[in-house]
Amino acid sequence: MSRPVRLKQFSHLTIAHLKEISRQPAVLFWGIVFPILLAIGLGLAFTRDAETVHNIGVVADGDESPSTLSKLEAQFGKAAAKPNREFRIRGPEMIELAIADEKLGDILYLFEPGSWEASITGLKQGRISMIMTFTDNGPVYHFDPQNPAAQLAWLRLSLLAEGESGSLKGPETDAYTEGEVSPLELPGTRYIDFLVPGLVSMTIMMSCMWGISYGMIDKRSRKLLRRMVATPMVRSHFLAALMVVRIFINTVESALLVFFAWLIFDISIQGSPWALIIVFLAGNIAFCGIAVFTSSRTANTEVGNGVINAVVMPMTLLSGVFFSYHNFPEWSIVIIEKLPLTLLVDGIRGVFTEGAGLAQTAPAALGLFLIGTVFFAAGLKIFKWH
Amino acid sequence: MTPVIAVKEVYKSFHTVRAVNGIDLTVHEGQFTALLGPNGAGKTTLVEMIEGIQTPDSGEIRVLGLAWNGNEDRLHRAIGISLQETRFIDRLTVTETLRLFAGFYDLGKTRVYEIMDIVNLGEKADAYTVNLSGGQRQRLALGIALINRPKILLLDEPTTGLDPNARRDIWSILLDLKRHSNTAMVLTTHYMEEAEYLCDYIMIIDRGTVLREGTMDQLLSNDAADKIISFSLEPPHPPRVDIENNSPFPIHWHPGNSRGTITVSSVEADLPVFFDFINKRGLRLKNMECRRRTLDDLFTGMTGRRLDE
Repeated sequence: MSRPVRLKQFSHLTIAHLKEISRQPAVLFWGIVFPILLAIGLGLAFTRDAETVHNIGVVADGDESPSTLSKLEAQFGKAAAKPNREFRIRGPEMIELAIADEKLGDILYLFEPGSWEASITGLKQGRISMIMTFTDNGPVYHFDPQNPAAQLAWLRLSLLAEGESGSLKGPETDAYTEGEVSPLELPGTRYIDFLVPGLVSMTIMMSCMWGISYGMIDKRSRKLLRRMVATPMVRSHFLAALMVVRIFINTVESALLVFFAWLIFDISIQGSPWALIIVFLAGNIAFCGIAVFTSSRTANTEVGNGVINAVVMPMTLLSGVFFSYHNFPEWSIVIIEKLPLTLLVDGIRGVFTEGAGLAQTAPAALGLFLIGTVFFAAGLKIFKWH
Repeated sequence: MTPVIAVKEVYKSFHTVRAVNGIDLTVHEGQFTALLGPNGAGKTTLVEMIEGIQTPDSGEIRVLGLAWNGNEDRLHRAIGISLQETRFIDRLTVTETLRLFAGFYDLGKTRVYEIMDIVNLGEKADAYTVNLSGGQRQRLALGIALINRPKILLLDEPTTGLDPNARRDIWSILLDLKRHSNTAMVLTTHYMEEAEYLCDYIMIIDRGTVLREGTMDQLLSNDAADKIISFSLEPPHPPRVDIENNSPFPIHWHPGNSRGTITVSSVEADLPVFFDFINKRGLRLKNMECRRRTLDDLFTGMTGRRLDE
């Protein structure tokens, strides 16, 4: 049934839907503010600190700082003798040694003198990662070999201790040269750079699936759809209005998310903005189409809940939003790569971190556009208005 | 004159339940018709088939002389409907909701304000629909049904669940419409007063079939016996045999509410006979009323059940 475009109907539907959404503060919070908070939280948690702190328990003859200090000085004295390095007593129970390193980041060793029992308790609580004891042959490091943080502390301390002998090469030895360590400082290599494109993609999926699907199922259960189609309303206008509003909201959400990530973490878009816009729109179309299909039959919001979860949960876990999907088994990657969310995440991430342009993102954009069109057409075909 | 609605031999089943079982219905311009029956009688299914929401399994439905198939746009413009319990978009105001629906018919603000006046929702113009009372929500639904000045109005239980005042408000809007327009209306209800008060023609429906139809007078004066004497006794539960055996009239005793009813043709002639019978049996009347037979009595007489069951 083809009908002419009725702009008045379309604009009334669009405005009504926009008002419906914008008047629910909770929707705005979960849709816009929450993803930003999530990005900030995860970004702070997983982005490298300016200073790495190693907490180490020290069991010396006496529990007091001065006697422990002398042992430590005997062990690491030469390394600490360089400019801007010294052992400092920080409070009655703490000795610190700060080592500045512009390339690998500053390192702060916090030595906590105490008895063996007290140190073990600290280890169990996670407050310290290693215990040092002293024998006639030198220091002994006690730590869980499965704990990477402890291993790193051990390696660094060993290097500090043996630094002058030259038996180990590394950043703290005299053999350390510009060429041997080349820290990565290229943009786009931090976790936040990986995360933000994933969050943008996930927000698009969640917003379309919950916003469109749930809204439609709710209207069907209220018999509002039934009432609306008993008028000369053009059905495709109704769906188009939902999609236009959703794409508008997603644009605002994503722009704010990227803006805050730029403000706080200084993330940047390496590739073509046009490629980003196209893959963004294609992703919106894909998930609007899937949402229409998902909500095409049921009037039961609980069934709708289940169906929407069945669509979004696997993709949230598999599509590389929070971590790379390349760690999954080889055979599964072939499938995962074809999932709509993976296409979108890879497309957007490519533009953000790998400097992709139109040519590189075209296959993903085309795939998403096709997925959206097929699901929309199928959904419309079986759509239950009554 | 071509009827505005012509339903012929229409059947509709859902799984194993036959909801509409061969119903004919004709409605003329300006005529108000009630489909009266208890819940599950098939009224809603019938009215939804007229609305084009459901399609009949067999039979023919013509609205304004047209079949639904291929004439959807034209017919949607000519009818106004109110479904059982529609809930609108919670956070749109009354005005915005009316404007949305007016937009579907290419109508503007003027009509929106006219409708708010007709259904008396001016004071609630800026209220969200979620904050309306049941009566106000039904008036909004009625306003939306009237927005396109429909030739045919189809209302599915417009006053179910409303208090008497809210019901009266809806009735007065509909009576005004009857006086000032030529709109035909089909209304489903299980309130006999509603059918009697608003409609020229009443079809009593049960289990998908029409039990009886006609004007109020036709329905109630089919039989000569059209008066009811209803009574209760002291003590309230006399032996049934005392009441029913050798009675001059067939007495229907309802143990549930401890009341008896007798159908008579003349209260003046039959009441003394009734008193005489009560005295002779040594029974004592506690309460008694004489009234004209109602549609509910008619329905109970045919089915053994009440309309509001």
